[in-house]
Amino acid sequence: MARVFVPNDTSACSLGAEAVAAAVESALAVSRIDACVVRNGSRGAYALEPLLEVESTDGRIGFPRVEAKHVAALFAAGIPGRSHASCIGVVDQLPFLQRQTRLTFARAGVIDPLAIDAYRANGGFEGLARARILTGAQIVDQIRTSGLRGRGGAAFPAAVKWQTVLEAAGPTKYVVCNADEGDSGTFADRLLIEADPFQLIEGMLIAGLATGATQGYVYLRSEYPRARDVLIRALATARRAGVLGRDACRAGHAFDIELRMGAGAYVCGEETSLLESLEGKRGLVRFKPPVPAISGLFGKPTLIHNVLTLAAVTTILGRGGDAYAALGTGRSRGTMPFQLGGNIANGGIVELPFGATVRSVLQDFGGGSLSGRALRAVQIGGPLGAYLPSSLWDVPLDYEALAAHSAMLGHGGIVAFDDSVDLAEQAQFAMQFCAHESCGKCTPCRIGAVRGVEVIERIRRGERADENVALLQDLCETMETGSLCALGGLTPMPVRSILEHFMEDLVPPRVPNGNGMSR
Amino acid sequence: MPSDAARELQVIREVLAVTEPQSQLLLPTLLEVQRRLGQVPSACVVAAAQHFNLSRADVYGVLTFYHDLRVEPVGDHVVQICQAEACQAVGCRALASHAVRRLGVAMGTTSPDRRVTLEAAYCFGNCACGPTVRIDDSIHGRVTPERFDTLVAALHGPRP
Repeated sequence: MARVFVPNDTSACSLGAEAVAAAVESALAVSRIDACVVRNGSRGAYALEPLLEVESTDGRIGFPRVEAKHVAALFAAGIPGRSHASCIGVVDQLPFLQRQTRLTFARAGVIDPLAIDAYRANGGFEGLARARILTGAQIVDQIRTSGLRGRGGAAFPAAVKWQTVLEAAGPTKYVVCNADEGDSGTFADRLLIEADPFQLIEGMLIAGLATGATQGYVYLRSEYPRARDVLIRALATARRAGVLGRDACRAGHAFDIELRMGAGAYVCGEETSLLESLEGKRGLVRFKPPVPAISGLFGKPTLIHNVLTLAAVTTILGRGGDAYAALGTGRSRGTMPFQLGGNIANGGIVELPFGATVRSVLQDFGGGSLSGRALRAVQIGGPLGAYLPSSLWDVPLDYEALAAHSAMLGHGGIVAFDDSVDLAEQAQFAMQFCAHESCGKCTPCRIGAVRGVEVIERIRRGERADENVALLQDLCETMETGSLCALGGLTPMPVRSILEHFMEDLVPPRVPNGNGMSR
Repeated sequence: MPSDAARELQVIREVLAVTEPQSQLLLPTLLEVQRRLGQVPSACVVAAAQHFNLSRADVYGVLTFYHDLRVEPVGDHVVQICQAEACQAVGCRALASHAVRRLGVAMGTTSPDRRVTLEAAYCFGNCACGPTVRIDDSIHGRVTPERFDTLVAALHGPRP
């Protein structure tokens, strides 16, 4: 029976995919077409959503931006073919997808996210099978060889965490998945869970095998209701299939995963705050040391990683640490699913080896601004990342290269702004957001962010601009050096980048008037 | 017909009855009470403190830390407008002003008829398809002022 694919991730549905799927079901019934509807995740090529796909002899062909009202006409003469006016050809051959190196997102949008057999048939569980014939130390060796660094933003070498938890004494250890993807401009964790949830489960099982942990937790943000529903169903399917539960890792080594929902606190994406929240408390950041790998959840050794890090582990074990390390540049190895959003024509997931330039991602994939105006700035790495002007877009996307320009890759979000942006307003928002989300533990963050908003307001009003800019720089330094976690410590990054690259928005240049006096 | 307070207490008791007295379950418990009552009433603070062997201050501290947890009732529908950077880049500030005018409700408040609560939110992971609006559990992308008006039109009719 022919299959018609209609995506069901948050973004496709935000553009009407649910209604499209219902319309296709009804068109198939009315025209007595022998075909079924499969709800795939999404390819993450969001300019095309809702992207309807049908099977053809050449592969799956696509029909972009389908609206429910188009569906009856589309199926009027049976399953639409390549000759149909709205067909964009074979989806796998679209430049946006073909130019990518999809490892983590290879199955996204291809399979039904909840069909465990489809997961298995498309390379799923190969990493787990390899891991089962290795010792914990050998698994950690593969992670070390791969050069994998934490994908959540801090880029800490993953193998160091794994080794520490492996060596930690005691029978009770935990694996915690940080799915509190709060950075604006990032959506890779969400799409991975919505489009390929068994990959996350497999990654956590490998982590359990390596470290000896028997219990995993996924801490998911409440702003992702669809990811929650998919993960609840995927976990239930995995338990029914015996993938989770008794002997899940190997004979005698059980593993299960519990889903816990966040409650709208950005700071809980910070790992120690997340652990506090999992323990049922206020999400206050903890002092380190001790690091979570030694004393984490309930005081036990805990391996805590972002969704993408755990997902990458399946590729590393499946293909070998060497093969993964062969991709990338410098100390940034493997691929990174960059997330292109904001004012961009073709946003979505762009998974590439580290080292591509910002400009190539914006031009070759993004296709310029959505508005048609010139692009002026990109913010990379979420609300705590720097705003970069076009003069810096030839910097390669790797951790060290960006750090050398006082910027950061973070979780890989790239938000584009056109020339209508007021960067002074963005600088003020960076401080406002910190004030809104500060957990309150550190004074420089709790109070500094509020003062930061006030100082920037004064600068924008033109009140003693030079003095207040100096004060703002001083405040930034206090926050950077006096905050425990990245929220207070990195909020100055976007502010300082605007002071450095977009000063004209904060303090308009003095222009001489007709009297030769500056205004 | 039991009073609101009695009904609230009944729901709180039902939730606690199926919850192990482990303090790690405090946050999921408060979320479940809110799911059923639309808010976490003050009676829940006392009951949860007893159940989990915590001080009332501990429970109140958790209740007031998380943005999602509410101590005031909300409207029948919650309309959230993403105000984070990716949506700012495509005009969410103007959309928020439009929403305030259209609904006649200030940001962060509930309409006098208690039909709609309007709030700012920070990122639904729909960053390539903004501006994004969440209405209850549905997320809508590329929301223009016109599309916003269509989306909220259904929220204003008589109660079913």
